[in-house]
Amino acid sequence: MLTAPSAAPQVAATDPPAARPRRRGRRIAAAAWPYLLVAPTVLGAAFLLGYPLVRNTVMSFQHFGLGELIRGGASLAGFANYREVLGDPEFWTVVRRTLWWTALNVALIMVLGTLISLMLIRLGRRMRLAVMTALVLTWATPVIAATTIFQWLFQSRFGVVNWLLVKLGFTSFRDYTWFAHGGSTFGILVALVVWQSVPFAALTLYGGLTTIPAELYESARIDGAGALQTFRLVTFPMLRPLFALITSLEVIWCFKCFTQIWVIGQGGPDGATTTLPVYAFQIAQSLHKYDLGSAVSTLTVLILLGALVFNLRRMFRQEGAL
Amino acid sequence: MTTGTVRPPVRRRTTGRALRRLPLNLAALLTLAVTAFPVYWMLITALKPTSDIQADNPSFLPLHPTLAHFRTAVDADGFGTFWRNSLTVTLGAVLMSLVVALLAAFAVGRMRWRGRRAFILLVFTAQMAPWEALLIPVYVIARDVDLLDSLSMLTLIYFMTTLPFTIVTLRGFLAAIPVELEEAAQVDGCTRPQAFRRVTFPLLAPGLLSTSLFGFITAWNEFAFANTLIIKNQDARTLPVWLSSFSNVFGTDWGATMAASTLFMLPVLVVFLLLQNRVTSGMTAGAVKG
Repeated sequence: MLTAPSAAPQVAATDPPAARPRRRGRRIAAAAWPYLLVAPTVLGAAFLLGYPLVRNTVMSFQHFGLGELIRGGASLAGFANYREVLGDPEFWTVVRRTLWWTALNVALIMVLGTLISLMLIRLGRRMRLAVMTALVLTWATPVIAATTIFQWLFQSRFGVVNWLLVKLGFTSFRDYTWFAHGGSTFGILVALVVWQSVPFAALTLYGGLTTIPAELYESARIDGAGALQTFRLVTFPMLRPLFALITSLEVIWCFKCFTQIWVIGQGGPDGATTTLPVYAFQIAQSLHKYDLGSAVSTLTVLILLGALVFNLRRMFRQEGAL
Repeated sequence: MTTGTVRPPVRRRTTGRALRRLPLNLAALLTLAVTAFPVYWMLITALKPTSDIQADNPSFLPLHPTLAHFRTAVDADGFGTFWRNSLTVTLGAVLMSLVVALLAAFAVGRMRWRGRRAFILLVFTAQMAPWEALLIPVYVIARDVDLLDSLSMLTLIYFMTTLPFTIVTLRGFLAAIPVELEEAAQVDGCTRPQAFRRVTFPLLAPGLLSTSLFGFITAWNEFAFANTLIIKNQDARTLPVWLSSFSNVFGTDWGATMAASTLFMLPVLVVFLLLQNRVTSGMTAGAVKG
C-alpha cells in the first residue's frame, strides 16, 4: 500500500497499456480504506462487547456454577435459570427497588439540574463563575473519592452531619449509625448520586439555555406570561431534545449504577440497597451461581432497553437524516 | 419613562433590583455551599491533626494544619505500585482508544461508504452499553484466556468503554474542520494522509486533548472491573480498589483516608480546572451529538 504512489507514475509513463488494471486496483484499494479504518473499532467491539454479551446470554441458558467455571463443560439448562429467577419473589423486590431508585434519582437530578441552570443564566458574572466552578469540581470528583467522602460526612461518631443535626436540636441523631439502617443508607446513596450527577445536567442545560434567542423571552413577557408559563411555553419546547437526551442518559447511568452501592454496603444492610446490577453480581460472585447471575444480567439489559425504547427509536430516526 | 427626575428613581431602582436579586443570590450561595462542601470537608479533614478530627465540635478551618495524613497515605503499603498500575492502565487505554477512534472518526466524517450508517448506530449503541451487567461474562472470558489478575485485560476493557464516546466526540470535532482545507492541501500536492496529518490533525489537537481527558477520567475512576478482575495478585490492584479498602486497612483513620482520596482525585482535578471551559463545551458537543 505504501509503495503504490511512487510506483504508479513510473508505470503510467513507460507502459500505458498496463495503466488501466493498475488504476482499477487502486480504486478498489481506495474503496477499501474506510473499512480498514473502522476495522479496529469493529474488531474491538466484537471481542470486548459483542462476545461478552453473547457469552452472557449463552451462560444464562446453561448450568454454570463454580465447578463448570473450573472444569468447563457446562450443560444446557433451557429456561430453567429464567424460571428460577422469575419465580423468586426477591427478584421482583429488587426490580421494584431498581425502578424506584432510578425514578427517584432521575427526577431529583432533572428538577435540581433545571433549577440550577435557570439560576445560572440569571446570575451575575462573578457569582455564576463561582457556582460553575463548584459544579465542575463536583463533577470531576472521582466516584470512589466521592463515596469515601460521603461515608465520612455521615460517620456516626465524628461525622459532620450528625453534629449539625444535633446542633439544630435533633438530639436523637447523636451517634446515629446511618449505614446500619436500610432507609437511611438508601437516602445517602440517593444524595450521593444526585450530588454527583446534577452538575452534568445543570451545565448541559445551561449551555442549551444560552442558545435560546432573547427575543422569545421578550415577546413572552410582552404577552404577559409569568415565570412558569414562560418556562412551559418557551424554554421547555426549545430544549425538548436536550431534556430528552439528558433524561435518558441519567436513566442509563442511575439504572446501572454499581460502584457507589457496592462500596457503601455491597447492597446492604439486609439487602435494602440491592439494585439489579448489584443483585446479579452478588448471585454470581458470592454464591458462584454464574448462570443465575447471567440470567439476571440479561433481564437487566432487557428492562433497560424497554425503558429506553422511545429514546432509541428517536435516535434511529435522527440518524436517518445523516 | 425616567425623564425629568432622574436621580431618585435610579437609586430606588438599583436597591429594588438588589432586593429582587437577593433570593437568587441566596440560592446561588446555597448551591455553592452544598456543591462544594463535601470536597472542602475532605481537604480540611486531610489537613487536620487526628485530635482535631476526633473533636466533639468540628472546626471548619484548618487551625493546626499538618501533612501527617498525606505522609501516612503515601507511605502506605503499595501506594506507589497502585499509582503506577492506575497510570499504566489509564494511559494505555486512552492512547489505544484515541488512535483507533481517530481512524474511525476519519472514516465516518470524511468518507462515504456502504455501511457507514450502520457503523454510526453501532457506536451510539455501544456508548449506552450496560457495562456493569457484563461483569460476569468478562470475568469468565478473562479466566478462559488466562488474563485474570492482569493489567492488560483491564486496559482492554477500559479501551472499549472509552472508545465509543471518543469516536462520537472526535467525529463532532472533525465535522467542525472544513474539508476544503484538506482538499486545498491535496491540490497543492499532498497525498490524502499527508493532507490529514499536516492540516487537519493540528486543528484537531484541542479536540483530541479534551476527548482524551474524558477517557482518562473514566479509566482512572473505574472500580467495578478492577475489583472483579484482580483477585489473587494484589500487586496488580489499581488506586480505586486500594482506596475503597483504605478505611479497612487503616481502621478508622479518617485523616489518612481523606488524604488518600485527595491524592487520588488531584490529577483529575488539576487538569479539569485548567481546561474547564474547553472541557464543558467538549462534553456538551459530545452529549448533544450522542
